[in-house]
Amino acid sequence: MSDKIEKHRDGMIIKDKNSTAKMEVEINEVKTEGDYKKCPVYIYHDWCKKCGICVEFCPTGALASKPDGSPYVKAPEKCIHCELCDRLCPDFAITGAKR
Amino acid sequence: MKIPQKRVHKFLRHGKKFPHVWCPGCSNGIVLGAIIRAVDELGYEKDDMAMVSGIGCSSRMPVYVDFNTLHTLHGRALAYATGVKMVKPEMNVCVVTGDGDSTAIGGNHLIHAARRNIDLTVIVINNNIYGMTGGQYSPTTPTGDFATTTPYGNIDPVFDICKLAEGAGATFVARTTAYHVVEAQSIIKQAFEHKGFSIVEIVSACPVIYGKLNKKGDAPAMMRDMKERAIPVKAFEKLTPEQVGNKYSRGILVNIKKPEYTAEYTKLMDSLQPQKGDK
Repeated sequence: MSDKIEKHRDGMIIKDKNSTAKMEVEINEVKTEGDYKKCPVYIYHDWCKKCGICVEFCPTGALASKPDGSPYVKAPEKCIHCELCDRLCPDFAITGAKR
Repeated sequence: MKIPQKRVHKFLRHGKKFPHVWCPGCSNGIVLGAIIRAVDELGYEKDDMAMVSGIGCSSRMPVYVDFNTLHTLHGRALAYATGVKMVKPEMNVCVVTGDGDSTAIGGNHLIHAARRNIDLTVIVINNNIYGMTGGQYSPTTPTGDFATTTPYGNIDPVFDICKLAEGAGATFVARTTAYHVVEAQSIIKQAFEHKGFSIVEIVSACPVIYGKLNKKGDAPAMMRDMKERAIPVKAFEKLTPEQVGNKYSRGILVNIKKPEYTAEYTKLMDSLQPQKGDK
């Protein structure tokens, strides 16, 4: 994984070594709970404003909030890939990975 | 391994302008996401799109998208957009405006753009208050509600933006909410495809000013409120006046065909060209 993907942007497009996409910016750090297989939803914490909408409207309860209000993937196996958190996030801070 | 790609980011100026200035829980970001998804679904290029706005929270939107953008005077977005559309009739012109921007300060521009039936897509984000300028009451602040300029409650009756647009002659009128984001995306898509003046009112939440002054709770609570109060058009028609209460309809309210302004203008110009044999 680390060979192929140099810069891993949590919540956004992941930069591939061979990618020619020009719209990408560099964001170095990634902090998600578990790796991609375990984590169907990427949360980009730099843009998150902790409004709580994603946690509230997650239909299966896969997301939960930490004591400071920031969301994390609590139960990745519950995720049904509906992408509602992705659509309802006002800050473009969540990417729902497709199955 | 599949790499998750967020197509939304293709249209955002995310290297420069993010995170955006909107408050936590503001619906403007959700609406922007819906607009971008609709544009992406329709396959429009960035250069084919023009986004015009006035002043306000919602009118900050063109700053974040990588279309042709125009950030203009308070309330005058439609006047500028009319100019853009007349010069470049093939361009998809989208006007993003707030409730105060479109119905109070730019009220006349709204009704006359609707009367002409010029092919613009107007997205009115209705958060019931002037957010950016400090929380003054707007024409859509419900009667009895509080704003910074109505500390004892608002006594003005409410403007219904959809009825106003319909009365003025708009050919595509729809209302949806920020909670019903999938519906919003499909309605915006239809509004873009419609030839003529199309207006989409999107009821949105302002948890930081309007919500706080009126004790509506946080952003999720305001979105739950939308979920309960917005009724689909067909179901809404069956409700008795007692059942209606503070509920409102959502969906496409008007969708008719009328001659479009730039097409008529082009026709007129063609007819006035000197013909062969004319002296």
